[in-house]
Amino acid sequence: MVAREFAGWIAASDRAKKGMHMATTLTINGETKSFDAPPDMPLLWVLRDILGMTGTKFGCGIAQCGACTVHVDGKAVRSCVLPVSAVESRAITTIEHVGSTPSGAKVQKAWLDAEVIQCGYCQSGQIMSAAALLAATPNPDDADIDAAMAGNICRCGTYVRIREAIKLAASGRQS
Amino acid sequence: MNAHNSVSRRALLTGGLTTGVLLAFHLPLRAAVNEPAQKDATDGKFAPNAFIRIDETGRTVLMMPQVEMGQGVYTSIAMILAEELDADWSKVEVQHAPPSDKLYANPVFGLQATGGSTSIRAWWKPLRAAGATARAMLIQAAAAQWQVEPASCTAAKGEVAHAASGRKLGYGELALAAQSQTPPKDVAVKDPKDFVLIGQPLKRLDTPDKVNGKALYGIDAILPDMKIAAITNCPVFGGKVGKVDDSAAMKIAGVRKVVVLDDSVAVIGDHMWAAKQGLDALKIEWDEGANAKISTKDIWEDLRKASEKDGAVAKSTGDIAKGLASGDKFEASFELPFLAHASMEPINATVHVRPDACEIWTGTQIMTRVQSEAAKAAGVPVDKVIVNQHLLGGGFGRKLEPDMVIAAVKIAKQVDYPVKVIWTREEDIQHDVYRPVYRDQVAATLVDGKVSAWKYKIAGSAVIARWLPPAFQKGIDIDAVDAAVDAPYDFPNFQVEYVRAEPPAVPTGFWRGVGPNNNVFAFECAMDELARKAGKDPVEFRRAHLTKNPRALAVLNLVAEKSGWGQPLPPRVGRGVCVQPSFASYLATVVEAEIDDIGEIVLRRVTSVVDTGIAVNPDTVKAQIEGGLIFGLTAALYGEITIEKGRVQQSNFHDYRVMRINETPKVEVTVVKSGEAPGGIGEAGVNAGPPALRNAIYAATGVALRRLPIDRKLLAVGKKA
Amino acid sequence: MRILASLVVIAIIAIGIGVFIIRGPGPLDFAGGTKVALADYRAGKPTGVPARLEKAGLVERGEYLAKAADCMVCHTKPGEKDYAGGLAFKLPFGTLYSTNITPDKDTGIGNYSDQDFLNAVQRGKRHDGARLYPAMPYTSYTYMSDEDVLAVKAYLFSLPAVRAKAPDNTLSFPFNQRWAMMFWSAVFNPDTRFAPDSSKSPEWNRGAYLAEALAHCGECHTPRNLGFALDNRKKFAGAITAGWHAFNISSDKATGLGNWSDADLISYLSLGHAPGHGSASGPMGEAVDHSFSQFAPEDIKSIVAYLRSVPPVASSDLPATTAPVAPASHKDGVTADARGKKVFASACASCHGWSGESPVSPMATLTGTWAVNDPAATNVAQIVISGTRRHTPDGALSMPAFGNAYSDDEIAAVANYVTARFGTKGSKLTAKDVAELREQTAE
Ligand code: FES
Ligand code: FES
Repeated sequence: MVAREFAGWIAASDRAKKGMHMATTLTINGETKSFDAPPDMPLLWVLRDILGMTGTKFGCGIAQCGACTVHVDGKAVRSCVLPVSAVESRAITTIEHVGSTPSGAKVQKAWLDAEVIQCGYCQSGQIMSAAALLAATPNPDDADIDAAMAGNICRCGTYVRIREAIKLAASGRQS
Repeated sequence: MNAHNSVSRRALLTGGLTTGVLLAFHLPLRAAVNEPAQKDATDGKFAPNAFIRIDETGRTVLMMPQVEMGQGVYTSIAMILAEELDADWSKVEVQHAPPSDKLYANPVFGLQATGGSTSIRAWWKPLRAAGATARAMLIQAAAAQWQVEPASCTAAKGEVAHAASGRKLGYGELALAAQSQTPPKDVAVKDPKDFVLIGQPLKRLDTPDKVNGKALYGIDAILPDMKIAAITNCPVFGGKVGKVDDSAAMKIAGVRKVVVLDDSVAVIGDHMWAAKQGLDALKIEWDEGANAKISTKDIWEDLRKASEKDGAVAKSTGDIAKGLASGDKFEASFELPFLAHASMEPINATVHVRPDACEIWTGTQIMTRVQSEAAKAAGVPVDKVIVNQHLLGGGFGRKLEPDMVIAAVKIAKQVDYPVKVIWTREEDIQHDVYRPVYRDQVAATLVDGKVSAWKYKIAGSAVIARWLPPAFQKGIDIDAVDAAVDAPYDFPNFQVEYVRAEPPAVPTGFWRGVGPNNNVFAFECAMDELARKAGKDPVEFRRAHLTKNPRALAVLNLVAEKSGWGQPLPPRVGRGVCVQPSFASYLATVVEAEIDDIGEIVLRRVTSVVDTGIAVNPDTVKAQIEGGLIFGLTAALYGEITIEKGRVQQSNFHDYRVMRINETPKVEVTVVKSGEAPGGIGEAGVNAGPPALRNAIYAATGVALRRLPIDRKLLAVGKKA
Repeated sequence: MRILASLVVIAIIAIGIGVFIIRGPGPLDFAGGTKVALADYRAGKPTGVPARLEKAGLVERGEYLAKAADCMVCHTKPGEKDYAGGLAFKLPFGTLYSTNITPDKDTGIGNYSDQDFLNAVQRGKRHDGARLYPAMPYTSYTYMSDEDVLAVKAYLFSLPAVRAKAPDNTLSFPFNQRWAMMFWSAVFNPDTRFAPDSSKSPEWNRGAYLAEALAHCGECHTPRNLGFALDNRKKFAGAITAGWHAFNISSDKATGLGNWSDADLISYLSLGHAPGHGSASGPMGEAVDHSFSQFAPEDIKSIVAYLRSVPPVASSDLPATTAPVAPASHKDGVTADARGKKVFASACASCHGWSGESPVSPMATLTGTWAVNDPAATNVAQIVISGTRRHTPDGALSMPAFGNAYSDDEIAAVANYVTARFGTKGSKLTAKDVAELREQTAE
């Protein structure tokens, strides 16, 4: 039994109509950046391929892995499905700069103290999600951690230490 | 626009022995355009061998013959070298070694390859010798300068000291003079009791840059004038490109070129978005070829048939025929599915083909093979292929293959600028080199509650025969039988056979845990069923068969204690155990799981005890077991690639599921102190999860699963095995 | 458009009886006004193409009309050539496959004369005289003018001929007796062309023509009677079609479109999304992508004007209002159903947010949609199973199909969690319900 697939039904010619570039200005990590991009281009590719900020990672492109997480107005958002036109007037923070926020700095430190990281590819996203969690919920319990972090996949399986590090960051303890 | 070119690789490294020390950690990220790439970073004047470079400031650069894909090997290898070198750990930097089988071949493979949990095992001796030799030369240089006997000098923390006179010289000051010393023959390595670094849970060298987005993976390569390509491979294995209508694609702003290869099509664009949109807009007619009909259903039927044949005997002790002739008989077969690797960093390679050379930026587990295959694809001599190694965002065996680099070279050949070819996750999952399907059969007899005979037959693909042909001898795939021929149990009559059965058209390869994956699963599942048949507790039953394996017995005993084995549990909650010797490490694991009324599985707790011999970095050992357990449990819970009409049916994380944090149990790993030579650790945990979980389900429900992934429909209340 | 799963026909046999009662009113009878022959209507031109195409060639006009009639979606199998047929319609008594309508002489309609084509589209009669199953909505297309039908033919004949034979239908007896369809047609196909209503505005008439003859809205949105024909006594009151809930589009204020602004309706039809009302998915998503989004703006407005005139019929199965935004924290609001919550946290929360307001795109906002407020959760479950892929001016928007890797239990749990958290009343789907929904959309 094959579930109905909708992909591929769209006449390719429809797509060709689009893709006009437009001058876009974003506020990223407190700096204003201007560039040309099609309005439907996901923020992820703007960051990586136009602005050269490769800390934000591509993992799935369909909001299922969390590797591309950035903060938009302080909230964790998946940049792979976020059209750049949707964030023009909003404050974007990426992994390169999250250390300058109080929760981001705490999380980064706890991540090193607990030696969370293995390959590290998912960890930009993990750290962004965790920093947003701590900013909103300074003392998260396990349920809060599940709710905030279940969208972030780690193939290396660092979940045990992620949970530990979030608690460490919240408590301000040293490991 | 190229934000990284100026990024310094500096980071604060804290903790361990070097708390508070500023460490310059240079990972060569990208072949910086202006620097000649791939030179052996002989920044220092003292270069006693391929692994150690010390300059006049004492900066100590260690060349990494193995690649870092998360397993922590850069830190562990550096620890081994620095230990014997008596380097100042705070001055140690690591660098990716360039491709060279002559200098950096993994002693196990004879190739510069990272896999099979061999890094520490294979390099333990050579690296210790390399470090000790360099130390001896530094001591000789100091002794010559002081005109004292080398034996009267000692080294520690990057300095040579002469205790009698109280004189000291730093390695930096000695670098020049040491370079002209004759390396001593047969230098002595340290007595493990004198280790100062090895055995310490030192902080990893690669992690500081991984918390701030600075670490560079292959996919992060950026070069001047570089463009990005998205690729689509023929959806049917072995199919070819027929016709391509690129008119709509070429109209998309940012699309530069459509490249048609034999079996794939790529769109090159200014950025991935344009490339992807372009790809979607292509109208491609595929010539699907002969494999358009294959399905996993048929592959399974073929495998089941093939597995009925007699196999090549890989091991035989006692008299198996006689042993099977009497006693209480048991027979079972265990089936394991195709699996994709799905490392978090999607497949990618960046290539610049110039008139005179071919330069590659990627993260690969197989440097020299990438180099030689790229040379063939580019049509240039091997020495004109420059490979810039990067960190790997997970490897898991996928990056032991050079296919993505070959394709990227073919694409880059058609343009004069560098191209970064990125596979979407969909391409990654649908064009993997899959963990093969295996069918393992156990025929055993019990006499007096103990196994008297155990005949074991593995049927499946011979990855080794393709990947390392010389190692495939007498019809036996040494990987496929690994952890079976060296099973820990004492069975009086024991035979292991192997039947090579290649699935049609489906590429098969190494997958984290490799051969032991299937064998540990089948052995440990069968052991539980036999224990039940014998009316014994599973731990007790195993103990009785570990008479000749004290290391395995010790980890089993300890895990039983730590996991609360035998203590009462609520209904539909069970504990399952797994004992394994794999990669020369001994691991015993207990999974505690609850199976709810509809058959859904809740992992409650996992306890593992590992004896890996000398644990170079015990925290890394722990981390690898933790991560490996989750990797293996993911496969047990969800992992399966299926094929229909020659096409892989899964495509991304929504239908190739992986475990998430809200499914992750408490995991407790104990690393046993040991003086034995170090074993492999990156994969051992992977093997442990599936059988231990399966046995927990068996204990909780009575259902003896014989196939992965776990079929929850069999576990709902009211179902019987 | 699509299926009409239940179309069956065959109940027809029984139908000789009480034909009239069953047939009920025609689709435009509600309007009541004075019908005039198309040729006599001078106030405007309800048929044909919009003004900007008035001077276009026959093929181009035919293309517009073919899109308005949404021929392609049903006559194209995903991944195969456009209009080459082969799309499966899975019905309880077997599977029907759409036909190849490219001009291929052997496998398509290359041998059709104008009259053959008119017979097929307006009367459900095949070239060889055999009867079409009403999965083909000829009871709607029958209202098209001959001129428009033949323009569509000209367009189809301008396409490349594709050799593709649709698989044989696998209907069981007695449903495989095509001849029986003759009776069904006799009863349910009025076989009549559109007649304008001189008491209504030209805009209304254009809207009526587009909605009834071409877009065949009623085929999904109007409930069916015992004979599986549209029950226009409950015109546009909503129905389950092909396993999806086609919601009430009558002018009922609570459960229909009565409270939608014109701007909402225009946005929904042309983009497949109206702020606060959610996004079109499933069959309606396809209708927007392939058909409505191609309409001229004045044609969309005409349809809106027409929809406004359809009398209100309340849907008793829907709540009177939709639920407000859910709390931002996962801990507040509905927290029951740990299993559903777990799936939501893993696979859904990233896009839809814990509040139901998407951090990513207004198109992914759940708050205010009928889907999450439908206590039957039909469309929630369907979209989880099949996903969606929409193409909008803001770019492609898609949701992956979770049906293959998530169990019926998990899908039921997450649908129940979502309807409880973001809707007025949680659903009570079981794994069995989900299995049945899968059956209805499976190919
Ligand atoms: S890349 Fe955006 S969530 Fe995976
Ligand atoms: S650390 Fe490797 S994927 Fe998370």
